[in-house]
Amino acid sequence: MTLAFNEEQRTLKDTAREFAKNQSPIESFRQLRNGAAPEGFSAEIWQAMIELGWTGMIFPETYGGFDFGCMGLAGCMEELGRTLVASPLLSSVVLSGSTILYAGTEEQKQSLLPQIVGGEKRVALACDEGFHHQPASIATTAVHEGDTFVLNGKKMRVIDGISADLFIVTARTAGTPGDAQGISLFLLDASTPGINIERTSLVDSRNYAHLSFNNVCIPASHLLGELHNGFTALNKALDIGRICLSAEMFGGMQEIFERTVQYLKERKQFGVLIGTFQALQHRTAHMYTEIEMCKSILMLALDALEKNADNAPQLISAAKAKISDTYELVSNEATQMHGGIGVTDELDIGLFLKRARVSAELLGSARFHYSRYATLENF
Amino acid sequence: MDYKAFRQEIRTWLEANCPVSMRTPAKQEEQVWGGRNIKFPNADAKLWFERCVEKGYCVPDWPVEYGGAGFDVEQTRIFKSEMRKLNCRPPQVNLGIWMSGPAILEFGTEEQKLEHLPKIARGEIRWCQGYSEPGAGSDLAGLQTRATEDGDDFIINGSKIWTSYADESDWIYCLVRTNPDAPKRDGITFLLFDMASVGVEAKPIELITGERHFCQTFFDNVRVPKKNALGVVNQGWTVAKRVLEFERNMMSDLGNETGSGVEPREAALHYIGKDSSGAIADPLLRDAIARHEIQKRAFDVTQQRMIDEFTNGAGNMNTALIFKYCGTEEEKRKFELLLKIMGENGLGWHDHQQFSESELNTTIEWMGAKTHTIAGGTSEIQLNIIAKRALGLPGVLS
Repeated sequence: MTLAFNEEQRTLKDTAREFAKNQSPIESFRQLRNGAAPEGFSAEIWQAMIELGWTGMIFPETYGGFDFGCMGLAGCMEELGRTLVASPLLSSVVLSGSTILYAGTEEQKQSLLPQIVGGEKRVALACDEGFHHQPASIATTAVHEGDTFVLNGKKMRVIDGISADLFIVTARTAGTPGDAQGISLFLLDASTPGINIERTSLVDSRNYAHLSFNNVCIPASHLLGELHNGFTALNKALDIGRICLSAEMFGGMQEIFERTVQYLKERKQFGVLIGTFQALQHRTAHMYTEIEMCKSILMLALDALEKNADNAPQLISAAKAKISDTYELVSNEATQMHGGIGVTDELDIGLFLKRARVSAELLGSARFHYSRYATLENF
Repeated sequence: MDYKAFRQEIRTWLEANCPVSMRTPAKQEEQVWGGRNIKFPNADAKLWFERCVEKGYCVPDWPVEYGGAGFDVEQTRIFKSEMRKLNCRPPQVNLGIWMSGPAILEFGTEEQKLEHLPKIARGEIRWCQGYSEPGAGSDLAGLQTRATEDGDDFIINGSKIWTSYADESDWIYCLVRTNPDAPKRDGITFLLFDMASVGVEAKPIELITGERHFCQTFFDNVRVPKKNALGVVNQGWTVAKRVLEFERNMMSDLGNETGSGVEPREAALHYIGKDSSGAIADPLLRDAIARHEIQKRAFDVTQQRMIDEFTNGAGNMNTALIFKYCGTEEEKRKFELLLKIMGENGLGWHDHQQFSESELNTTIEWMGAKTHTIAGGTSEIQLNIIAKRALGLPGVLS
C-alpha cells in the first residue's frame, strides 16, 4: 500500500498547479460563465492540456496513451479543481475513453482512443435518464432490425453534451429498467438524424445536455463491445470517473478552506480578527480534520484502483461519498464565515459552492455511494 | 538485523509460552494490573505474566538494564504484530508502562531510571496520574496543588481529581506548583512519590457507568524528597506535555476495538436483519453504518498515509494532531449508532436475566466513550491545538 504521490506524480501535480494558476485562473472560468464560449470551456486551454499529455495518461501506449495511471491523473484533477478549470477531461477522456477502453473491440480502441487522446474527437457519455445517477435504471431501447439498431428514449445530464462529436449511449437491448444485464453501449455520431440535443443550464455553468432519440438508426457495427453485456465495462469506467471527480472536488474544497482560513486572519470585527473567536476556530479545526480524512480515503481508493484490488469499487464509493459530504460542509462554512460578502457573486466562494453541489450529484450522490458501498460489502 | 528470523523467533516463543486461555480478549476483571497488590484471575495469567517478565516482554522496547527486552523500533513493531496475530493478552496493565516509564526514560537521571523502571517492568509498582484538579481541568496549567520547600524536601498540599485507580496505585506522577509567582506554565514541577506517604488519601468517585475507577486524591502536608522531581524543578510543564502526547496516542486507538467486540454492521444483521434484496432492512441505519465504516477506514490508514508522505518527501506533522479528536469522536458516534441498532437491548442496566453479557457491556462502553472525549485533553482542547498549530489562527486559548 502506498498512500502518497511518488516524485514523478508530484512533479506532474506541481505542473498542473502552475498551469491552473497561470493559464486558467478563476477569472477565466468567470469569463466562460459570462458567455465566452458556448461549449463551456476554452478551446485554447483544452489544446494546451492535450499538448501537456494529460489526455493520454490513463491509456496504454498501444492506443496513443502514456500509461501513467489514474493516481497521476487524479493529482492533476485535484489541482485543476482549485481554479475550477472547465475542460472535457472528465467527459471525453476519463468517462468516454475508459468506456471504450474497457468495452470496445480491438478495432474500436485502435480507431477511437488515439483520436480522443489527440483531441480530434470529443466524446460524451450519455448514461443517466432520471434526476439522480442510476446507471442501471435505464429505459432507452435499441431494437435490432437487420443491419441497424433503432434507438428510442432520452438521456439527462450528459456532461459536455453540447457540441460533442460523438456520444456513447447506454441502451436496453434486453431486460427491464434496473437490470444490469441487457444494457448495451452504442457509438452514436452527434449528427445522426433523429437526435435532439438540448442545453440544460445547471448552477455550475458547465456544459450539460439532455438528449432524446426518435427512431435513430445506428449501424450494427457501432455497437461498442458485446451485446447485452455493456454494464460491467460501463461501471468500471464510471468508477474511474468517480474517483477523478472526487479528486477534483478535493482540490476545490482545499482551495476554499485555505481562502477561509486566510480571511479569518484578515477580517476584523469588534476590534479584533474574527479568527480569534473560538466559535469559528473550532468549526475551522473540525473542517481540517474532515479534509484530512478525505485525503486518506481518496489515496486509499486510488491505491486500490492502481493495484486493481477487488475492493476498489467500494473504496471509490467510500471516497466519493465522504468527499461529497465534506465538500458540502466546507462550502457551506466557507460561505458563512465570509459573512455578507460570502453570498455575493463577486467573491469566488459562491462559484465553488455551486460546483460542489453539482459534482456531488454527478456520478452518484453521497447517498447513492453509501448504499453502493453497503451492497458491495454485502450488508 | 535479520527481522524475518526475528519474527519467526517471536512467533515460536509466543506459541510455546502463551497459554491458550491467554489468547482471548481479557474481560475487565481478568486484566492483570501490576503493583504491590498484584492479583491473578487464574494460574495461566500468572504463568503468562511471569514468563513475559523474565524475557522483558512487558516493556519490549525498554533497554535490558531497565527490565525491557531491548528491542529496536522495527523489532517492537514485529513483536506487537505477532502478539496481535495470536490474540495474546497484555501480560500486565500499568500506567507505568505507557506513561511514567517512557517519561522517566526520556527525562530521568540514571538513578531514577534504575530505581523505577525495573519495578514497572516486573509489575511490582503500579502508577497513577495526578494531573487534573477540581479547579484545573482543560486549563491544566492553572493547577494549584502547592509544593513548598523544606530543606531537602517538598511539602505537598492540595487535591487532584480524575486520578484513575488512585486507591489501588502505589506511586503517583504528579504536577505541583513550586513557584506561584511565575507565569502559570513556568512554576510547575513533575514529581514522583509513593502513594503510601503520610497525608495521601484517595476517595473513589462513581461515574455514570457505575464504575468507581476515578478518584479525588487529597494531599495533606505530604513530604516528598526534592530528588523525586523528574526533569528540572519549575520546568515540569515540558515533561507534562510529553506525557500528554503518550496519553493521546494511546487514546486515539480506543475507537479501534470495542471491548465487547460488537461492530455496527454485525449488530445490524442480528437486531435488524436484511430485506429481500439482501440489504439491512433500515435504510437510514444502513447509510449510517456505511458512513461509520468509511470514516473508520479513512482513520485507520491516516497513520500509514503520513509515513508514506514522509517517505516520499512530502510529509506534514500537523496531520498527527487529528488522531485524538477523530478517534474518540468517531468512537462516540459508533456507540450511539450501536444503541440505535440494538433498541431496548442496548439499554439494559445490570439485568443479567434479560440481557446478554455483550449487550450489557456495549451499554457500559457507550457511556464510557463519553469519558474519552474529555480525558487526556477534551475534544475542544484538541480543536484549539489544531487551530493554533495547523491553521495558525490568532489568539487561540492555551
